[in-house]
Amino acid sequence: MAQKSLAMRRKRRDFWMGLAFAFPFIAGFLFLTVIPFFQSLYFSFTEYDIFTEAKWVGLDNYTRIFQDENFYKALSNTFFMAFIAVPVSITVSLLIALLLNMKVKGIAFYRTVYYLPTVIPGVASSLLWLWILNPEMGILNTALRAVGLPDPAWLSDPAFTKPSLIIMGLFGTGGGALIYLAALQGIPREFYEAASIDGANAWHKFKCIVLPALSPVTLFQLIMGLIGAFQIFTEAFILSQDNLGGPDQSMLFYAVYLYNEAFVNLNMGYASALAWVLFVIVMLITLVIFKSSLRWVYYGGE
Amino acid sequence: MGFSTASAKSVALPAGKERSRRWFRLKKVLLPHLVLSSLGLVFLFPFIWLLLSSLKTPAEIFQFPPTIWPKDPQWGNFVRAFEAMPFSRYTMNTLFLCAVNIIGQLISAPLVAYSLAKIEWKGRKYIFAIIIATMILPPQVTMIPVYIIYAQLGWVNTYLPLTIGAFFGSSFNIFLLRQFMMGIPRELSEAARIDGASELRIFFQIIYPLLKAPLTAIAIFTFVGVWNDFMGPLIYLNDDSLWTISLGLQGFQSEHGAQWELLMAAAAVFTLPTVLIYFIGQKKFMEAGAAMTSFK
Repeated sequence: MAQKSLAMRRKRRDFWMGLAFAFPFIAGFLFLTVIPFFQSLYFSFTEYDIFTEAKWVGLDNYTRIFQDENFYKALSNTFFMAFIAVPVSITVSLLIALLLNMKVKGIAFYRTVYYLPTVIPGVASSLLWLWILNPEMGILNTALRAVGLPDPAWLSDPAFTKPSLIIMGLFGTGGGALIYLAALQGIPREFYEAASIDGANAWHKFKCIVLPALSPVTLFQLIMGLIGAFQIFTEAFILSQDNLGGPDQSMLFYAVYLYNEAFVNLNMGYASALAWVLFVIVMLITLVIFKSSLRWVYYGGE
Repeated sequence: MGFSTASAKSVALPAGKERSRRWFRLKKVLLPHLVLSSLGLVFLFPFIWLLLSSLKTPAEIFQFPPTIWPKDPQWGNFVRAFEAMPFSRYTMNTLFLCAVNIIGQLISAPLVAYSLAKIEWKGRKYIFAIIIATMILPPQVTMIPVYIIYAQLGWVNTYLPLTIGAFFGSSFNIFLLRQFMMGIPRELSEAARIDGASELRIFFQIIYPLLKAPLTAIAIFTFVGVWNDFMGPLIYLNDDSLWTISLGLQGFQSEHGAQWELLMAAAAVFTLPTVLIYFIGQKKFMEAGAAMTSFK
């Protein structure tokens, strides 16, 4: 009996202790996530400019979104980055990881070099690329002209603004490569040896051992990359020079449009509705990918 | 004589081997280095170009064809960049924000992680699930109401909105520390508990000292994150005496766009701390990267 009440006391004590230690997160979650989450849902049904009282407008903001040309522009630009730029950069980061997995001297040095561009601040690298991609004086076009290749106007030509961003993004693939590399090094050697005995060549080993073994990491990178595409802001904001998306609004991405509506035009209600549409889209994409992942992701434990 | 033929034979035999060894060396050593170093040069190029551009004169930077190496390195560009904009002020502001955010994360994140990893209580698996969920929640969903709350409190154009969040602990850091703490043997805290040590004492005297590696990584991540942040300061800081380097550089570019050498010099100074910190804390970066892959 005494034993039992002691255990009960211990349990109760642990509960309050656990709660107390988790308190900073719980408070932050409540005040910076839960309450704002519902407030933003409420604002999405209002017209609100901060200075005057929010006015209830029902579904008006949502119907307006679906007739808003800028919304479709921002959405298709963002989808382009999510479904083209993200797979490209994941593929490149896998290739780099394979290179960095070679057993040669000084490989740690190469790892450092490939990771270095990812620590350059977004504003600094955007300004740098603004200079590198300058159509007349930039080093890239100077080099292209020198070898007789076409020299696109990069950031002033709507057809080349997104390729510019993709090229810029490739220099950040060292981060993804390191995550892949850690997973590559976790593949047991016996797998390769067994495959060699069965007469598998390098391509077979890559297809049947490496890709499945890396698939959980690919899932992680894919989801993070897609979510990241909806957050593209700093590069687009600086490279477009007018924060309206640059030439032909080709760099008007979702986060940029939302920022403009909220903090430049002070359409807090409309921007909240945009945020909720974004939320639903991101949730749907994540759900679809998780569902499909049951078919292509292999977990070692199973 | 017999000896010499024997030696001739023994030389002749490995000659074929020598050739195959040379081929082997070419394929397994030279080729990888060739590929790795040429691609490495491509990866380093933007950074190198940043440094080279920052040392050119205004005339040389627009010269055609461009020079690779600055003819007369203009170290004075760095001084001029500091004079052209209140760069030291921006630096102090940014450093201040970094310091406060690091302190906040180093206090709060370990406390919460301890509750999730070392205290057996009912709510912990829910809190853990919430932490994972908040990592996926797009920040835009809460950004506007949070801004409105801060605006109503009169905190816009102060550092409070850019620092207070750190004292609640970020989901990612809590997650990282929780994974790390799960690896610390239970017996350590359990023994102290039996001896009647309070939970706070166990945390500070036993667990906290073991967290040096992940806490260093978190300090580095926080520093780099705050140092590089653009959108936060852009939304909350109007007064240019409060600006961070990110905002200051962007502001300078939109006003004096053509002064590339000064802009590059300032951007180089802005980049230097993150590169240095990366070199110093490299091992921690790698460890934290490896810890992330255990996210299944």
